[in-house]
Amino acid sequence: MQKNVSSCKENSPSVDLTQCQSILSKYSQPTHADLIPILQLVQDAYGYLPKDVLIEISVKTRIPLSKIHGVVTFYSQFYMEPRGKHTIKICTGTACHIKGAPEIKKKISDVLQIQEGETTSDYKFTYKPVACLGTCFLAPVMMIDDRYYGKLTTEKTENILKSY
Amino acid sequence: MERLKNPDELVKLRKSLESQHRPDMIRVLICTTGCRALGAEEVYKAFKAEIEMLSLKDKVEIVDTGCQGLCARAPVLTIEPMGIFYGRVTEADVTEIISRTILKGEVIERLCYTDAGKRIPYIQDIPFYGKQKKIVLKNCGTIDPKNIHEYILRDGYAAISKVLSGMTPDNVIHEIKNSGLRGRGGAGFPTGNKWEFVKNAAGDIKYIVCNGDEGDPGAFMDRAVLEGDPHSVIEGMLIGAYAIGSKKGFIYVRAEYPIAVEHLKIAIEQARQLGLLGENILGSHFSFDLEIKMGAGAFVCGEETALIASIEGKRGMPRPRPPFPATSGLWGKPTNINNVETFANVPVIILKGSEFYKSIGTDTGKGTKIFALAGNVKNTGLVEVPMGTTLREIVFDIGGGIPGRKKFKAAQMGGPSGGCVPAEHLDLPIDYETVKEVGAIMGSGGLIVMDDSASMVEIARYFMEFCQDESCGKCVPCRIGTKRMLDILSRITKGQGKEEDIGLLKELAEVTKTASLCGLGQTAANPVLSTIRYYLQEYEELINKKNTQTSSQPSPTT
Repeated sequence: MQKNVSSCKENSPSVDLTQCQSILSKYSQPTHADLIPILQLVQDAYGYLPKDVLIEISVKTRIPLSKIHGVVTFYSQFYMEPRGKHTIKICTGTACHIKGAPEIKKKISDVLQIQEGETTSDYKFTYKPVACLGTCFLAPVMMIDDRYYGKLTTEKTENILKSY
Repeated sequence: MERLKNPDELVKLRKSLESQHRPDMIRVLICTTGCRALGAEEVYKAFKAEIEMLSLKDKVEIVDTGCQGLCARAPVLTIEPMGIFYGRVTEADVTEIISRTILKGEVIERLCYTDAGKRIPYIQDIPFYGKQKKIVLKNCGTIDPKNIHEYILRDGYAAISKVLSGMTPDNVIHEIKNSGLRGRGGAGFPTGNKWEFVKNAAGDIKYIVCNGDEGDPGAFMDRAVLEGDPHSVIEGMLIGAYAIGSKKGFIYVRAEYPIAVEHLKIAIEQARQLGLLGENILGSHFSFDLEIKMGAGAFVCGEETALIASIEGKRGMPRPRPPFPATSGLWGKPTNINNVETFANVPVIILKGSEFYKSIGTDTGKGTKIFALAGNVKNTGLVEVPMGTTLREIVFDIGGGIPGRKKFKAAQMGGPSGGCVPAEHLDLPIDYETVKEVGAIMGSGGLIVMDDSASMVEIARYFMEFCQDESCGKCVPCRIGTKRMLDILSRITKGQGKEEDIGLLKELAEVTKTASLCGLGQTAANPVLSTIRYYLQEYEELINKKNTQTSSQPSPTT
């Protein structure tokens, strides 16, 4: 899962750091072990991890920015670019795979005109594959935000996407 | 909720809960975890509203439970005490269920499970449940996991109470060793021995960690246990912590499991209120507390040294062992790591005794194992069977066989670290060793059934793509070995295979297996080796068809 880290500089000319600071204030003496929970909370607040916010975290936690960057790019949950309003997670687990997930993936790409890992130009959808959603009985399955859509067909998928 | 000051108060609480229990009350158990995906919450809300409206609250109780197992019929519900099981229930069915089934005792045929055209209304008659033995899943789907009282009512926390009322840490370890319990996360290491190592390791501070980073595609038993019976895991960890001398534990849960995290948070909070977590548990000298750590999306974090790095806030990359976490784990301290299902087995062993537990299973595999049954099988869902149950019993008797007119081709066991078991081994009694002998692994218990339309080379390619994507890149054999194997497999599935490819694949597989740093790389070649072993012909056919385009995707079989 490649991430486009180079675009960091473009996306945050003036990010309001208030939310980030209020999250950091809950940790009086943040340690390295608090880094991932902090990143998770900050991403929940901003939708992604803007560069200025990462710098702020680095200053307050005294963890070098390079280390933070290493962590952020290692885990697939973290995003350094703004995401779409809705995140589509298509399950590519074994059960989904043998029940037709590849066709569903193709359909999503066709309808939204984006590839896996990308965001639509109107910032409506971000589309990413996940290894397994743990709901194999719904195969093939996708999640849009926190909602599951199971037993998908290409037709059903198109209708679901259009309903957003 | 008032803090329990000693084991007697726990007994008193249970007795008072028992006295409040009304056997005449009708309980509608609705799975709102896995079934949520197909509208179970709406069904639950509709029941609540209707019961309220009809003023039936003192006669009927609506309970939102964890997974009831038969996910293929989702959303499912069970009506107790009659034991009526309904599937594919929608909001529109609620009024009728209340007026006919609950008030008049009539069965609504269309909602019943069907087997060979026959409607089966009662849960005890459904073959899916008949061959199962529920030890770990006994509360899953029958209690409200968000209410600690329901767990206590079913002897919950009685095991830790027994431990604190006179067992020494050595007694506990002896019981677990004697029970024959082995790790349910994949490798099958004897749990009691692991605990003993950590207990004997030098150091005052020791940690206990529950590995809930269930990343194998096709496995969802840990999700179900955490969602449906979180207290059983907490109690198992308490017992483990007492045995090894730990005061602090972590539960590492996958970020993709929001319901599990939510239920664990509630469970931990309620256990703290009752003094079952925190200082001086049940008035003893034993203190222990727990923290939830959410994963951030990396399969390799299921490996114990990578998981430790992740809890420490670093990139989740494994490191060479030794030193093993038992001597140097979290922040360099002795650390015991067990899987969710392993911990959930512990309270039963303590409460009913290791002899009872030993009586279930085979010589080398004791107790039960939960399998996540999925793929081309009629009854997809969660099943718990004694070790030694055959694949045929799981796939055909419990799973109801293959839908349509298709034939069984293989069962993929153990996910990306496992292998495909062909039809000739259907009568194999399953335990750690037997599965290994046929080229798969028990793994965490994912069991994906494939019918005769599946291309086995494509399955091998699929798993290799997964391993290559999830390889952390730290060691060369895994990073490059998985990449090269994927290249070859992709070439073969595209009809561009060469004759020497099979030999090359075997060679690469051997090197990756022998030289990789952690389990991910060491097992990444298993799907390739097992498919070459049983389906060599398919590889050869594709290679011989050289330069003719074949589809790289399997045909959908829904």
